[in-house]
Amino acid sequence: MSARHANKPPRIGDAPAFRRFMIGFVLVIGALFVLAPLLVIFTQAFSLGVGHFTATIAHPDTRHAIYLTVMTALIAVPLNTAFGIAAAWAITKFDFWGRRFLLIVIEIPFSISPIVAGVAYLFVYGLQGLFGPALQSAEIKVLFALPGIVLASMFVTAPFVARELIPLMQAQGRDLEEAATSLGASGWRTFLSVTLPNIRWALLYGVVLCNARVMGEFGAVSVVSGKIRGQTNTLPLHIELLYHDYNTVGAFAAASILALLALVTIVAKLALERRGAGRAGRPALAGPATIAQGKTS
Amino acid sequence: MPGLPLSLGITLFYVALIVLLPLGALVFKAASLGFEDYWRIISSDRAVASYRVTVLCALGATAANVVFGMSLAWVLVRYEFPGKRFVDAIVDLPFALPTAVAGIALTALFAQNGWLGSLLAQFGVQVVYTPLGIMVAMFFTSMPFMVRTVQPVLEDLDPALEEAGQSLGGTDWQIFGRVILPLLTPALLAGSSLTFARSLGEFGAIIFIAGNRPMSTEITALLAFIRLEEYNYAGAAAIASVLLITAFVMLALTNYLQARALRYTARN
Repeated sequence: MSARHANKPPRIGDAPAFRRFMIGFVLVIGALFVLAPLLVIFTQAFSLGVGHFTATIAHPDTRHAIYLTVMTALIAVPLNTAFGIAAAWAITKFDFWGRRFLLIVIEIPFSISPIVAGVAYLFVYGLQGLFGPALQSAEIKVLFALPGIVLASMFVTAPFVARELIPLMQAQGRDLEEAATSLGASGWRTFLSVTLPNIRWALLYGVVLCNARVMGEFGAVSVVSGKIRGQTNTLPLHIELLYHDYNTVGAFAAASILALLALVTIVAKLALERRGAGRAGRPALAGPATIAQGKTS
Repeated sequence: MPGLPLSLGITLFYVALIVLLPLGALVFKAASLGFEDYWRIISSDRAVASYRVTVLCALGATAANVVFGMSLAWVLVRYEFPGKRFVDAIVDLPFALPTAVAGIALTALFAQNGWLGSLLAQFGVQVVYTPLGIMVAMFFTSMPFMVRTVQPVLEDLDPALEEAGQSLGGTDWQIFGRVILPLLTPALLAGSSLTFARSLGEFGAIIFIAGNRPMSTEITALLAFIRLEEYNYAGAAAIASVLLITAFVMLALTNYLQARALRYTARN
């Protein structure tokens, strides 16, 4: 650092004592509030030994919760990805009335408490809701079953892929696609061989973040799932159930799987950012209203 | 260019079915209550107590994040130190970690017999099952907002501004207070509104650490959830609509502040 700035005057706050104080302050608070919770998860998970840990993971209820969480992600993430691509294509390649309004609507789920999302879904598909009675007489189960869990997950993650693609595709403009179509390429051909190669890392970035959120969603899913043990409990809900059963170590064992997923997500995120995905300077995993500006940094 | 009917069709269908339909159903349900019933539910003592604890804790968490987020952004932008890349990466952990996992981890950490809880107990401070615990959970889950909003503004800051201040004989604190802080203010405001809005809606991390006693440590999102479990759908709809309206107000505020922050940085 000193070599790089050797010919520059010291900037403010470069006094060694102040510098050491600031770094110390940040590291201590960071260690206490971010690193310590992470360590607690793994320490607690193995506090009764590896045997208890594997017994929790191997328990049929835990295995079913993992299965349900993976199933939810396998349905919700591809649908969300298709939506994100479609929304980005429509919004960046065409001008139409209400475009800016559509941008804002796509970002709404970021601002809304997951509990509100869950309650809202109850008033659509629940017995108290719009379609509830009709669904019941047709014997279609949406709430307290996989479809409800998937729908609620799709609500909370609706903006995830779109918000990565829109600013990027806006910055890339329409020239390449226009050239391709004027040379006779079909729309699909243009998308697959012109657009997709340019957006693949941003797309993957959005998919990774979307997946992390789907697998970890708690509030919205806890309203619509009914929390039936071994049937409609996703992994985050199963953690709550174990915790309230006074099986704290079991809860942390299940939680350690999701903590591992979070760490993998962060590593994947870093790797993709190195390839240019994700824009610096805005919250990466949640947060409203950056694409509504229609600008890239 | 081809593909407008298909792409716009998918987009509108998805937005209508996944986002607008449920929100519309909630508003419809709340509106069908009639003003008197609606007002009685949302102004009940227990509901008002939940607004108070939610808003006050969110304000506390936001204040803590202003101080810590700005410090962290400053350290990450201005200083080199071993492990800096690791610190920069781990800042995103609160967003990547599922809220329920964060909730039980923070509770274990700050419990009377936990690593930090036992330490704080010696000073007579109890975090779990108090509003302080709610604040800790909100602080954790919203932390990346402030850092990631302030960081790019600090990076783009022109060193010439500081040099001008130095050549005029200003002390470091004077230059920080009169030159840098005003330039950071739009980003700090935008980061604060994001932090505050997220804290108001947070559920998963809080319910484990809060104790959830009505009138003292029960947040508004939990009250809506409890009304549902009591099969009091009118109550749930009304309370949830309060959260929804607050979210829209915060969304408008955040949009305004971010647009202003963007203009501000663009001009400078």
